[in-house]
Parts: sequence; structure tokens; C-alpha cells
Amino acid sequence: MRKSLGSTRRRFLGLAGSAAAIGVVPVVSLRPAAATPETMTAAIRNVVGGAVVQTGKVKLDIPPLVENGNTVPMTVSVTSPMTPTDYVKSIHVFNEKNPQPNMGNFYLGPRAGRAQISTRVRLADSQKIIAIARLSDGSFWSVSADVVVTLAACTEEVM
Amino acid sequence: MASALINVPKKAKRGDTIEIKTLMSHIMETGYRHTAAGQVVPRDIITSFTCRFNGAEIFRADLFPATAANPFITFFTVATESGKFDFEWIGDNGFAETASASITVE
Repeated sequence: MRKSLGSTRRRFLGLAGSAAAIGVVPVVSLRPAAATPETMTAAIRNVVGGAVVQTGKVKLDIPPLVENGNTVPMTVSVTSPMTPTDYVKSIHVFNEKNPQPNMGNFYLGPRAGRAQISTRVRLADSQKIIAIARLSDGSFWSVSADVVVTLAACTEEVM
Repeated sequence: MASALINVPKKAKRGDTIEIKTLMSHIMETGYRHTAAGQVVPRDIITSFTCRFNGAEIFRADLFPATAANPFITFFTVATESGKFDFEWIGDNGFAETASASITVE
């Protein structure tokens, strides 16, 4: 099982890597860009395009130490007046070590009143989580959080 | 089989920001798990959640295998007028469920 998991992940990384090589040179200026695995960088680029991602405005509430990766509470909030001219359009959450880099896309509008969402996620490993918000003026803001997971999700055997 | 839990305030003052909590029972099988025999368990997840108020979309989410079983999603909206929230979950293998809740705004 461990062997087949490895081959899946390797193939996935390989595919994403070649996609990144063919595509335009990434200009995502996230601060932890150097430490971010290829797949997450590619997934982020799919959302932000060539835009610069600034750090700030976004708050990511997730426990720093998780016992069970199968259900981890997570809240993302963005500092925004949420008026018809200045609001949060969407919130995107990414991870670097799950089989897939995307964790969720949430689309809001000015009438949300408060730019905040909560959900429960799975984490396959100890890793960095990144939340990115798209504002109505087209700017992108991000925050990252490190989570240590003792019991991983997603890949265990089914009895 | 599937069932939804919705938490929306019954009443609100006009202009108040209210929180909406939703939970849909679903296995959210990732498609990355294997049986002891080495077979991949096929993916079976909810891929999309939408909330509409009086017919107009106010919130939407794309879900992935990284969402925990029984997807729990909360978000906010401003109470503008009395009306009805419609919730819709769509997923693999033709999964489609709806729920609704009414609010009185005074």
C-alpha cells in the first residue's frame, strides 16, 4: 500500500512539474515560494494568474497541532469593509502535502457582510496551509499556517 | 438517505449580519484510499455547494477530497428582507440534495 501510494504521488508531482516547465515562468511572489512544492505553486497560479500575491489582510485559524487529520476545523477571515465597491470576491485554500493541492474555493459577494468562512478539512501530513483572498479591486492577499498532524488522513487502508 | 442540518436565525433586524451554518451528511470518499487487497476505493465526494436567497446566489463553494466527511460550511450574509434561503449540494455519482430555510426580517 505504501508502495502504490508513493508511485501515485510521484506521478502526480511529475505531471505537475512538467506542466509547470511548459507553462510561463511563475511570477507568484509568495513569501514562502522557495519552500512550496511545485503542485501547490501550480494550483495557486491557476487561481491568481500572473498577479502579485501580497501578505496580510487574511487570517487563517487552524490548530497548530492536530491529533487526527481526518477532521480539522478551519476558519478563514479577511479584513474588508464588505461594501459594494470594496469587498472580498473569493477565498481559496491550498496545501502542500495532500494528494491534491486544492482544499476549497469559496465565493462571496458584497452582501456577505463579513468575509469569513469555516469548514472542516483533511490533512494527509504535517504541512503548510495557504489561504488566498481575491478582492474586488483585483488584488490578492495571503496568509500561511503550519500544522503538525499526528494521525494522517486520506490514505489509510479501508478494512 | 442523505440529510442536511441548517442553522439560520428565524428572525433578524434589517441590516444585521447573520451567520449561516450548514452540514450535509456524506462519506466524502477521497479516491486515494486502498482496500487491504490494494484496490483503490473510487472517489465519491460533494464537489459543489451553493446558497441562494430569494433565487439570487449569495455563496458558493467548490469542495475537494480535502474536505472532511459530512461537509460543514459556515458563512455570513446581511439580512436585507424576509425570504427563503435555498441550499444545494452536488457531487459524484449523481449526488444532488437540497434544503431550505426561511427568515423574517423586521
